[in-house]
Amino acid sequence: MLARGDLLEARFPILAKWLLAPTVAKFVIEAPLVARKHRAGNFVIIRINDTGERIPLTVVESDSAGGTITLIVQAVGKTTKALCAMEAGQAIRDVVGPLGNPTPIERVGAVACVGGGVGTAELLPIARALREAGNDVHTIIGARTGELVILEDEMRACSSSVTVTTDDGSYGRRGLVTDALSALLAEHPEITVVYAIGPLVMMKAVTGLVEPLGRKSVVSLNTIMVDGTGMCGGCRVTVNGEMKFACVDGPEFEGSGVDFDELIARNRTYVDLERIADERAACQLTTAQGAAR
Amino acid sequence: MPRQRASEQAPEERNHNFLEVSFGFDEARALVEASRCLECKDPACIKGCPVNINIRGFVERVVEQDYLGAINTIREANALPGICGRVCPQESQCEIMCSLGKKYTPIAIGKLERFLADYEIRHDLFRLPDVIERHDEKVAIVGSGPSGLTCAAELAKRGYGVTIFEALHAPGGVLRYGIPEFRLPRDILDLEIDRVKALGVEIVTNFVVGRTATIDELFGEWGFSSIYLATGAGTPHFMGIPGESLSGVYSANEFLSRVNLMKAYQFPEYDTPIKIGRQVAVIGGGNTAMDAVRTALRLGAETAYLIYRRSRDEMPARHEEIHHAEEEGVQFVLLTNPTRILADDRNWVRGIECQRMALGEPDASGRRKPVPMPGSEFVLEVQTVIEAIGQSPNPIIQATTPGLEVSKRGTVVTDEKKETSRVAIFAGGDLARGGATVILAMRDGKVAAESIAQFLGAKRGAAGNGDAAPEAAPAGV
Repeated sequence: MLARGDLLEARFPILAKWLLAPTVAKFVIEAPLVARKHRAGNFVIIRINDTGERIPLTVVESDSAGGTITLIVQAVGKTTKALCAMEAGQAIRDVVGPLGNPTPIERVGAVACVGGGVGTAELLPIARALREAGNDVHTIIGARTGELVILEDEMRACSSSVTVTTDDGSYGRRGLVTDALSALLAEHPEITVVYAIGPLVMMKAVTGLVEPLGRKSVVSLNTIMVDGTGMCGGCRVTVNGEMKFACVDGPEFEGSGVDFDELIARNRTYVDLERIADERAACQLTTAQGAAR
Repeated sequence: MPRQRASEQAPEERNHNFLEVSFGFDEARALVEASRCLECKDPACIKGCPVNINIRGFVERVVEQDYLGAINTIREANALPGICGRVCPQESQCEIMCSLGKKYTPIAIGKLERFLADYEIRHDLFRLPDVIERHDEKVAIVGSGPSGLTCAAELAKRGYGVTIFEALHAPGGVLRYGIPEFRLPRDILDLEIDRVKALGVEIVTNFVVGRTATIDELFGEWGFSSIYLATGAGTPHFMGIPGESLSGVYSANEFLSRVNLMKAYQFPEYDTPIKIGRQVAVIGGGNTAMDAVRTALRLGAETAYLIYRRSRDEMPARHEEIHHAEEEGVQFVLLTNPTRILADDRNWVRGIECQRMALGEPDASGRRKPVPMPGSEFVLEVQTVIEAIGQSPNPIIQATTPGLEVSKRGTVVTDEKKETSRVAIFAGGDLARGGATVILAMRDGKVAAESIAQFLGAKRGAAGNGDAAPEAAPAGV
């Protein structure tokens, strides 16, 4: 049994940190309650400090006995940049979870797992679980350029084949993940389900590719979220014509039913304010460094 | 003698800030107001109060200038006076029953309660009550809104160990994320919560019961003997009209959570953003709608419409809040219902198409049913739409707790003692009622605390063969 007293005013210490790529950091965080309950596909909502916003992050792995979870974060805006600048020994103010539905893991035979950018990190626990359930897992990792390719070794450890693609051809196969997926599906007609996690445009393209081939796509939607427990509807998406809340009904859905265009537009809601927050943070950082000198 | 009025921030000033609108009574006004009380033999006001505060008793003590006695009279029945004095709809509860109101205007009971709560803070009069007897059993409370806080306080006063589990990062429920600071200042909320904690209540945040641990795990490995469910009605309804997924459309829950819980009105000092158009439409006629529309003005909207499908008389919001909204310049668009939300070329809201309504026969709720008038469609140019048309309970606990009976509306079914279909599990507040008021949620918390104490006492009696004093045993049979 956990000591309840320890949970009061809980903070979540960072036990270890690595840089996987110039803008991608991996954290091991002490969060015993989340670790105990985590299943592949779950996410957490974190808030780094008292003035912070709440952001959703997928739990990449967990160690139930050690009471830790692993998060992989790409620095794209103010909050993720601030998080990526944190070091072991510092603590995150709030971590809540595990949230969302776990990925239904079944033995279907052969599957493809397609990860775009930091989506590869979110895909890893699912690929592992699919492999453990006895599936033949074929993985495709896509990145803009070679130095942004992450988790290749970890994916190899749980996959029958791994194809790496880069937009600029600096590493692996040149081109988009969909090009590699076309080839993979042609070569392996036994693949019935494709799991895709990455930018919305990528998941839309994967769905558009596999649908006509009679295969199923499963996508994990990255929407704007506030609470992550179903109380605000900020994460709403249209699936098969119905309104769904990604945080409680998802985050995974069959790609064929998802209105991607609507979601892509919705995710742009705060683009200008996000830039203001980011620029202001960068500006303060520069001033502080200047003052230190 | 006329009913005393509390001074307020001027409308043209306050609709640009989040400071409290009403300043409350000063001592002089409180004394005058209390002296109006007729001191009825059989005070009806007490029956009108959902937690039956001894209103005559505390008002008499105000007249005697025994303010400590007065606030402690309130505290016997109500653990959160600073909150209730501010947010209760007194006009339909205690004050509507006031005998003075039959011929004149009723006593300002709410304002007096608030005066005492403020006085208690100003003069640091709060003292912890003595706990007569300690018990070993621990009770878990799910949700730290008004119902959970009240139940926790009552059980702690009875000597039970109490832990509240809260899903968000800060306690208070709707008092924290829903009700804006201009109605309930956060220092008051924090203080009231600190007093509940001072009774020995633990509050664990970031804990989603049903996800982080299930109800059955709370009984099993966590070792709780009884559980009170008070998770509220937090799942927002949407109208189901075209255009609801456009940027610029919010549920009131999201809009108010961003502003109140995340302090988006202080962006970029706080990281959570909010976007507000020059023209804003809020849909609904309840307190949530009033809070949202008044918040929109404070965020800088030039025009804020309140669209409601019935007439002003049917609005469920507190009279004081409707009046405040009107003073602050909210434009009421009554007998009107939205039919669709219109998009610009960037998928942002550019307008809302509405239809005029007429009032027909009374419906099941006793209110006259709004009937659409065909061909009456018109468009309001707005860039933000906020829907405040109601909420239902969050389904996570119901879905993860076998054997818990749930109604078709998603509410947890309880008897009059707040006991659910499962032994040792009690429920109340909006989770059991659907969307209701803060004070009714608190009443449920009180009733549940009494029931839980009885339940645990009975269990102890049954298990304690021989330990109990011999002469006590026959009396209990």
